[in-house]
Amino acid sequence: MPELLNVKNLSVSFRTPQGEVEAVRDVSFSVKAGEVLAIVGESGCGKSVLCKSILKLLPVTAQIKSGSIHADGMDITSLSEREMQKLRGRLFSMVFQDPMTALNPTIPAGRQIAEAVRVHRPRAAGTEVRCRVESLLTLVGLTPEKAQLYPHQLSGGMRQRCVMAAALASEPKILFADEPTTALDVTVQAQILDLLREIQQTLGTATVLVSHDLGVVARAADRVAVMYAGKIVEIGTVEEIFYDPRHPYTWGLLLALPSLAREGEPLYAIPGTPPSLLHPPKGDAFAPRNRYALAIDYEEAPPMFQITETHFAATWLLDERAPPVESPVKGGFYG
Amino acid sequence: MAEVLLDVQRVSCRFPLPGRTVLQAVDDVSFQIRRGEVFGLVGESGSGKSTLVRCIMNLIRPSAGKIYYQGIDIWDKKQFQENRKHLQTARQIIFQDSTSSLNQRMKVADIISEPMVIHGVTPPRGSHRAEAAFQLHYVGLDASYLDKYPPELSGGMRQRVAIARSLSMEPEFLVADEPVSSLDVSIQAQILNLFRHLQEEHGFTFLFIAHDLAVVRYLCGRAAVMYHGKIVELAPVRALFADPKHPYTQALLASVPAPDPRRERARKPVEFGEFSTAGTLRELAPDHYVLTEDC
Repeated sequence: MPELLNVKNLSVSFRTPQGEVEAVRDVSFSVKAGEVLAIVGESGCGKSVLCKSILKLLPVTAQIKSGSIHADGMDITSLSEREMQKLRGRLFSMVFQDPMTALNPTIPAGRQIAEAVRVHRPRAAGTEVRCRVESLLTLVGLTPEKAQLYPHQLSGGMRQRCVMAAALASEPKILFADEPTTALDVTVQAQILDLLREIQQTLGTATVLVSHDLGVVARAADRVAVMYAGKIVEIGTVEEIFYDPRHPYTWGLLLALPSLAREGEPLYAIPGTPPSLLHPPKGDAFAPRNRYALAIDYEEAPPMFQITETHFAATWLLDERAPPVESPVKGGFYG
Repeated sequence: MAEVLLDVQRVSCRFPLPGRTVLQAVDDVSFQIRRGEVFGLVGESGSGKSTLVRCIMNLIRPSAGKIYYQGIDIWDKKQFQENRKHLQTARQIIFQDSTSSLNQRMKVADIISEPMVIHGVTPPRGSHRAEAAFQLHYVGLDASYLDKYPPELSGGMRQRVAIARSLSMEPEFLVADEPVSSLDVSIQAQILNLFRHLQEEHGFTFLFIAHDLAVVRYLCGRAAVMYHGKIVELAPVRALFADPKHPYTQALLASVPAPDPRRERARKPVEFGEFSTAGTLRELAPDHYVLTEDC
């Protein structure tokens, strides 16, 4: 499978009156065709900024400090806005969190999808566009009659389907989904996730799924990247991350889930709060909240240690000089 | 058996819509909450959970039915006036969205002590500020936050300020309308632990509304599942999860994604149809009530 998206050592900063906020720090990952990569982490860890910086949708105060982004074999790191506009929709598109704000309430849903079709095929005839809209609606599991309806006449799940139809209008090779199911009910969420997987398998798109819900990730992702304070701290296949996590932050995230709590025991809460990215701490940013922190964690940021061919984690615990630590997650966790 | 704190009897709530249509938000709902228990209310958006809670908290008048709090008919004008002070201090609500439920122009100290000022309560710890500091400490924030404004705080901290405010009246009955749904897992765990502590150590009674079933299972003793304004199943949480009887409850439980990729992959897509809401609640097993059709 060819690599469709390759991000290398990407750093993104925001200029603020207080100084420079380092939102994304030295992030590298790649996504292949037909694969779903999930990015998980707490709010403010930089997952949305990461996606938006690839699409170049960030405000002018943001700046790519270093690193490179290759999409479909092309270096897009320093493309101008005009060149990016040609790529958006065709090469990659995005599904946003809240379908109510992503759609215009005064325009019928079908016309909004047609708009996305026309942008990329300005010369298409009316019947051709209508045909395309109908096939897109069918693809996302809606009947063609829904095209006449306004967003408020659709349920949350249908709205999100329409947003997905618009995002898929010109067959993008890479799809970004920023918390696509957070605003939806669990019952609808399951359907949208199944739809996401189905579309990605039929069209062979590479998908980057941003989520803070580990249940959603388990259902929809092939590989998982865990982000903390602007960095990827662990990346691996979904099985490696859920059954054999190595980074203490990943342990903390899994232990905090109420669905995995043992009866009668309090939930494990990661102490403290994420650091300010205005002046990121020296060493490992997670060290002050890490009960397994070593002395070196406060001095030097850990490199990415390779565990298997696909599994990497940035924690000094994996260094051969580190004392052995029993993972609190491993063993008997899933019964 | 502990005393019945809240008794909801056949409550319905209807809203007129344009034209002749009527939205039946809550449809003939009855249940009881006993002192010291955590009662969960589950359902998807639009199932009427929030409307029901607003009826219970004297915020929306129900169209039919009675609600008793410690035997007081809370929607009876005379009885409400006679017990106004008690009803307004003993029951407190924590709203879902702490961004909109806290006044952005008030400092944290003033937000927390406002209920005491309104009710003319003499602060037991000397000053309003000392009382606010105590409540803040109780929810896990230190006194340095007293002079901050809500926008300076993160979502989890704001939610804790909202909880501290509701605790400042030393209530006996707390209603929490999706208090953790907007928070990250690590902060959610802190808040859930706090709720559990309040219930175990201080005997608070909770009505806990959530759409996250894992949270309900972790925290609640009994839970009711709402669908289209009706309670379709009401049971102890353990029985509800181990042996769901109503088809809607079964579908709901089946659609919760578990953080276990192998099990998730093996699962078939959930089919969702419409479920019938006809019939009455019947006790199928001890304490396990299910909506069943009359035959």
